[in-house]
Amino acid sequence: MEPDIFILLLAIPLVSGALLTVLGEREWAPNLNIIASGGTFLASVLLTADIVAHGPRFALGEQFFIDSMNVFFVTLTAFVGMTTSIFSGPYMKNEREHGRLSAPRLRLYKSMFQMFMFTMLVALTTNNMGILWVAMEAATLTTVLLVSLYRTPASLEAAWKYFILCGVGIAQALFGTILLYFAAERVLGETGNALLWTHLVDVKSQLEPHIMALSFIFLLVGYGTKVGLAPLHNWLPDAHAEGPTPVSAVLSGLLLNVALYAILRCKVLADGAVSPDFAGNLMMGFGLLTLLMAAFFLGRQKDIKRMFAYSSIEHMGLITFAFGMGGAVANYAGFLHMTMHSLTKSAIFFAVGHATQKTGTQLIADIRGLIHINPLIGWSLMLGTLAILGMPPFGVFASEFMILTHAMKHYPWTTPILLTALGVAFAQIFGKVQPMVFGETHAKPLPHAPAITPVFLHLALVLMIGLYIPPYLTRWFHEAARMLG
Amino acid sequence: MSISGLLGQLFAIVLALVLAPLLTGWVNQCRAWLQSRSAPPLLQPYYMLHKLFRKDVVLAHNASSVFRTAPFVIFGCMLLACAIIPSLSTDLPFAPAADTLALVGVFGLARIFISLAAMDIGTAFGSLGGRREMLIGFLAEPALLMVIFTLAMISQSTSVATIVETLAHREVVIYPSLAFAGIAFTFVSLAENARVPVDNPATHLELTMIHEAMILEYSGRHLALIEWAASLKLYAYSCLGLALFFPWGIAAGDSILGLAGAIPLLLMKLAIGGALLALIETVNAKMRIFRAPEFLGTAFMLAVLGLLVRLLLETRV
Amino acid sequence: MSTIPLSAQLINLCASVILLLAFAMLAQRRVMQLINLFALQGLVLCLSTLVVAVTTKQHHLYWSAGLTLLLKALLLPWILHRLVRKLYVKWDIESLVNVPTTMLVGVVLVMIAFNVAQPISLLSQTISRGTLGIALAVVMLAFLMMITRTKAIPQVVGFLAMENGLFLAATSATYGMPMVVELGIALDVLVGVIILGVFFFQIRDQFDSLDIRNMERLKDN
Repeated sequence: MEPDIFILLLAIPLVSGALLTVLGEREWAPNLNIIASGGTFLASVLLTADIVAHGPRFALGEQFFIDSMNVFFVTLTAFVGMTTSIFSGPYMKNEREHGRLSAPRLRLYKSMFQMFMFTMLVALTTNNMGILWVAMEAATLTTVLLVSLYRTPASLEAAWKYFILCGVGIAQALFGTILLYFAAERVLGETGNALLWTHLVDVKSQLEPHIMALSFIFLLVGYGTKVGLAPLHNWLPDAHAEGPTPVSAVLSGLLLNVALYAILRCKVLADGAVSPDFAGNLMMGFGLLTLLMAAFFLGRQKDIKRMFAYSSIEHMGLITFAFGMGGAVANYAGFLHMTMHSLTKSAIFFAVGHATQKTGTQLIADIRGLIHINPLIGWSLMLGTLAILGMPPFGVFASEFMILTHAMKHYPWTTPILLTALGVAFAQIFGKVQPMVFGETHAKPLPHAPAITPVFLHLALVLMIGLYIPPYLTRWFHEAARMLG
Repeated sequence: MSISGLLGQLFAIVLALVLAPLLTGWVNQCRAWLQSRSAPPLLQPYYMLHKLFRKDVVLAHNASSVFRTAPFVIFGCMLLACAIIPSLSTDLPFAPAADTLALVGVFGLARIFISLAAMDIGTAFGSLGGRREMLIGFLAEPALLMVIFTLAMISQSTSVATIVETLAHREVVIYPSLAFAGIAFTFVSLAENARVPVDNPATHLELTMIHEAMILEYSGRHLALIEWAASLKLYAYSCLGLALFFPWGIAAGDSILGLAGAIPLLLMKLAIGGALLALIETVNAKMRIFRAPEFLGTAFMLAVLGLLVRLLLETRV
Repeated sequence: MSTIPLSAQLINLCASVILLLAFAMLAQRRVMQLINLFALQGLVLCLSTLVVAVTTKQHHLYWSAGLTLLLKALLLPWILHRLVRKLYVKWDIESLVNVPTTMLVGVVLVMIAFNVAQPISLLSQTISRGTLGIALAVVMLAFLMMITRTKAIPQVVGFLAMENGLFLAATSATYGMPMVVELGIALDVLVGVIILGVFFFQIRDQFDSLDIRNMERLKDN
């Protein structure tokens, strides 16, 4: 354990981010970006192997803590980060040749991308609830710059909305964190350990329930803003639609997950302190509301990226609902669905990115006949859409099925709501994607061939998990689900 | 009720009658200095009163009895107010006649009469001024009441004398609520006394005036009484403010020594207060009449905040 | 009744002044004045932290107070002043809702905040626990300011004022967060403001104004 693999995990994005800033946009910069992301992924895999073999561990004193729950997110984050960097290579070259982005912007993009990965990884691995907040806020700041990368009025507006809404949300989360510290300090004393999650978990039943209840509400609303829970989801479609597509992919695939992860950590504490139903019911309520709202807003979208952003909101609602139900099965399904959504949605955004570059528009009505322009892109969009809609044999089907059956069994009254929302979403998305893929078109080919590998890599994984979940993955999910209680 | 107490009370009233025009003169003088004008003599208000009392009254031919009695009623109200507000001593035999709530009522009565009198003749300016006066009163009164409630909660009494006694004669405690109440009270006083951000006492610029518009038709001794009443009102508000927020130095008993000590202190506090008033009037511009509700709304809100802060911070041990 | 110790009285006074300033900011119509008020709020916040630090001998609070003074009372107002001058922002602030209504809503928010915080602050042992309600109120008022103002700079001042409220909450309920966290928060705020500064220029270039009402193109339909 001499060269600490964990330090490496955090150091690679940080150092490469700094390097990319200093060195500027060079011929090999995209490759450096890919190599750094690949290195991060490699480190995360090694770390996972270490955790699986030796169990949870601390790092840097007690400030960082890696257990089977967050190591799963770490791997997922590093993986999507890597594929996104592969995807963004040719994508950004095309953008540059279209004159939409200049060299300094590309430098900003790459360095901020790595910084974003760094903040995500810190947020996931930190043991300190305060640092978790700091990392989430830092993630907001880096992504604000990424969303406004095009500097068009629309992208500035989206970034401003994003900053203000998430700023407000994150302030609520800070208040929740303060209350949490307040509750913890009464039990743990002023030892400086009172914000360390591992210490909090040990004493969670002694935490003052009133304070914890209020604290959880603030934390849920605060981090929930970043998850995209209704009614504070407004920033999400704008940020997804106006930012560059790789950014949309990481926002949907990673940021939302990490924010939800923060809520889950808090839920464990709230469950211990307040009555076990309290946090769960709140999450179920928010989840259902979000799911329903997103499903009905989906149909009104004219912009393809906005539509898939709403789809992300919908899935986040579903996952929040699943974790709200709690219990081994629902938690398992929640984790599975998070993974599936992350992989599928980023694959879809990759495909959408290529499709919009091909056709030069993001308007659904103007994108037609992708299958004729480039069969690979057409098929990948179609398959991705089918996967995200929960068609068997894709993995999303498995997780959605588990969530649904669990809900039917324990909360039968939610079944009609869930089915309506999923049905409406299915009809809307499928109805819109179908003509985009199979239709008549007159578009010209692009100078740089699209990087289609990441799309199929993701979809293949989703397909594989739908058909067969490897035993170590099951064990892993079970372990994580058990930790949630 | 002792004889000395009665004497002290009478002395306070006489002092009010004497000092009120002086305070007005002092404020005018300070204002002139601050605005780099040559100041009128300090005793100018006395000369004014003297002149007006010697002049004949000119009455409009359609003036009713309301118009004629109003100056006396207003003057009486202000005198009563000065009598029950402790300026020198809290031992006031008249104090049980009216507590702070009734005091607000006394001011209200004066306001109603001056507005009625203003509208009595039926001139355009009169009714305009009367209506504006009622608008301001309507907004200022609740704010004043909220201020008083805050103070009443601190001292557990609505009697002015008791409030002042509670605040003045015991160990120093910082009441954050008083800060809110104090600012609210300042706002209300400015509005009630027709001072600058709301009204300008020195102008007859027709469209903006409030107080001056109402008394345009008065002359001779009526006008003198009204001017004197206005001075008394300023004096009453000043004394109330000083008694509530800077109560130190007000004698508890009715000993001659206590009174003798209280007089110079009162003079000093009034002088400082007057100078501050002049300063406020100089640095602020008169606001549009439509902004007045906002100004007084702010005062009301501050008073409510004071009450809330009182409930939050100061009720627990 | 007056057994509240002097230091607690001072802290309460500071907190009240902070609340007062929050209202003043809500009512303020000029950008420069707004920034000055914000700086003043930072100063009072620093004073109240100092009082807590002196009374409780919590050494890390001295650092927090210093950080507050440096960041919130000096550096950030200075940056904002420079921005306003460089951007030639129009000095009047426009509000979506008129000021009296905003104030009334503000009073209601204060009542809510006090009610929510009251039972919780009773559980605290700190000398400054009473101010938790005020802290929550300041947060809510700042939030209100953010949603009622139409210009970018007031919105940012609102965001920073919210941060002040949170800081007050931290000192009132628990004598401040651990130092690592506090440093992190300070860093985030600073970086945030710098990024926003850059942002302002871009917004102005694109819209020729910092009026957020220009930014209503993105809608769901």
